Amino acid sequence: MNNADKKRLLREMLFSRRFEERCYEAYVERKIGGFLHLYPGEEACAHGVLEAANPGSDYVITGYRDHVHSILCGTDPKKVMAELFGKEAGCSRGRGGSMHIFDVEHHFMGGYALVGGPFPLAAGMAKAIKMKGGNEIAICFLGEAANNQGTFHESLNMAKLWDLPVLYVCENNLYGIGTRVDRSTAVVEQHKRVAGYNIPSACTDGQDVEKVFEAAKIAVDHVRSGNGPYFLELMTYRYRGHSMSDSNAYRATEEETMWGKRDPLIILRDRLIEAGELTREDYKAMDTEILDEIEDEIIPFAEQAVEPLVDELERYVFAENDPYVKGSAV
Amino acid sequence: MAEMMYWEALRRAHDEEMANDPLVIAMGEDIGVVGGTYKATNGLYDKYGPERVMDTPISENGYTGLGIGASFLGVRPIIEIMSVNFAWLAMDQIFNSAAKVRYMSGGQLTAPIVVRSPGGVAHQLGAQHSARMEKVFMGIAGLRVVTPSNPRQAYGMLKSAVRCNDPVFINEHEYMYNMSGEVPDEEFFHPLEGSEVARKGSDITLFGYNISVHWCLDAAKILSEQYGIEVEVVDLYTLSPLDREGIKASVGKTHRALVVEEAEPAVGVGSEVMAIINETCFYELDAPPVRVSAETVPIPYNRAMEVAALPNAQSVVDAVRQMLAL
Repeated sequence: MNNADKKRLLREMLFSRRFEERCYEAYVERKIGGFLHLYPGEEACAHGVLEAANPGSDYVITGYRDHVHSILCGTDPKKVMAELFGKEAGCSRGRGGSMHIFDVEHHFMGGYALVGGPFPLAAGMAKAIKMKGGNEIAICFLGEAANNQGTFHESLNMAKLWDLPVLYVCENNLYGIGTRVDRSTAVVEQHKRVAGYNIPSACTDGQDVEKVFEAAKIAVDHVRSGNGPYFLELMTYRYRGHSMSDSNAYRATEEETMWGKRDPLIILRDRLIEAGELTREDYKAMDTEILDEIEDEIIPFAEQAVEPLVDELERYVFAENDPYVKGSAV
Repeated sequence: MAEMMYWEALRRAHDEEMANDPLVIAMGEDIGVVGGTYKATNGLYDKYGPERVMDTPISENGYTGLGIGASFLGVRPIIEIMSVNFAWLAMDQIFNSAAKVRYMSGGQLTAPIVVRSPGGVAHQLGAQHSARMEKVFMGIAGLRVVTPSNPRQAYGMLKSAVRCNDPVFINEHEYMYNMSGEVPDEEFFHPLEGSEVARKGSDITLFGYNISVHWCLDAAKILSEQYGIEVEVVDLYTLSPLDREGIKASVGKTHRALVVEEAEPAVGVGSEVMAIINETCFYELDAPPVRVSAETVPIPYNRAMEVAALPNAQSVVDAVRQMLAL
């Protein structure tokens, strides 16, 4: 990765951080309702993996911690924020909310709020890609706790059985809601669990975006070359609770402090500063620019967007005027 | 017009739809090399190959979810779940993914899958192979539920279901695969909404669906021959959405209604139809509507007990006699 790419990546990661922090504030202001699962601390995972893939072309699917993944696929952040505000201009027209961000145009195939649900959906998308002879791959991001669902085992079995082009990315942030991985999982090292399905895997530092990128390149190449599925485990940490309703009392301060020192933004920033590619002032200026963009463009867009029409409550339940439903097709 | 069996009608629909569109696939346990437990995909593996006629692992939620994911990208999967008892395992993907994705994506993404599965009580299969689950599926927004009662409907509905842009659950019946009936020689697409009058009558309406339509028709014959009662039989071939207008029209004509279902009564087709009658045509009624349902027990193995747990044509006759004080 060259320095220009690293600087761009740092800016993009900082944007993700600030976007999510602003979501936190908007939630406290009651502009955002429902559940809200934030991504600060884990940025290097989505950014590193999608840097190595073709976002916008490859098909990406994930769980409920989905804002950043969608933006990286090409979704306008204004539309993500508008969705969180429940507005018609939101990327799911206000019907989805935080846990159901969708942007099919950019091949972001959704955030799903049932833990483990996306595993088979990703394998299915890979099946479709293979049938249609496309060069895309399916990428499924989920946390380590999802791996205890039956869908994980069922999907990995089928993905390998049929050698489907799917990359499973495990964002291992050590906690499934409030339960630490060693209290829920017999084999803590997630990448070892897939050996049972004969799927190649790797595990890397999920706080260092360059390491994630390097590991993801190998993984993406493997899948795109027609070798079947691959499983990549990234060791990471979320700074906040599982969601806004989680007081986060179950984690030791020492643990949080230790992970705070391994912040993905600081690691990359300091590396660039050491290499003489960036100054602290540059970083500060970058940050100011991002904060201004969020306050001047993204938040006003979401604030001013119109609400969905309650009269359209029943729209999108079924396809409209489908000739095969009415029997009018010949 | 050719006579064919229910399974043959399904097989013909599979074959025609797979020939029509290379993105139509069939998937399920033993549907490929073996040709399907009830032969609905017999011979298609040799014709279309393993990529399109997929023998899946015994892993219902997984392969149903895989079919749903494939449908996101334009594939049209016909997913067979060998017995509806196993469909419990796939409900998460059917309900939480397929049925909701259009809505929660604001109309961007659809899951045009077909899930076919036989329910019903067959012959001494015991509690875990005798489920009647249509009541559960019909309560889910975003999912279409149809329940063909004859080969013509089975053929035409499967074809429509494959091409429809909504997820469709087809409730079949283990006892009906070898039932014969006429199916038009030319291709046709049966509607996925509505009901039809299977027998015209004026004295009372019997509402049935799937196998219970046949109990109703048998009962109608007995009632006509022995009591001179002319029964109207309405075949509710769509359970979701139910045909409110069709229900209202028939009750408006006969002023009496009886719903016949093979399942336990609670939260079922009968209770739903009776609620619709209350909502749409209560003042047309000459008598309270009645339902004939199964007993609320897990289905026993013993044959006499099994029979006793279920309604049949005679129990329909008895209920009508009671309603009309015959």
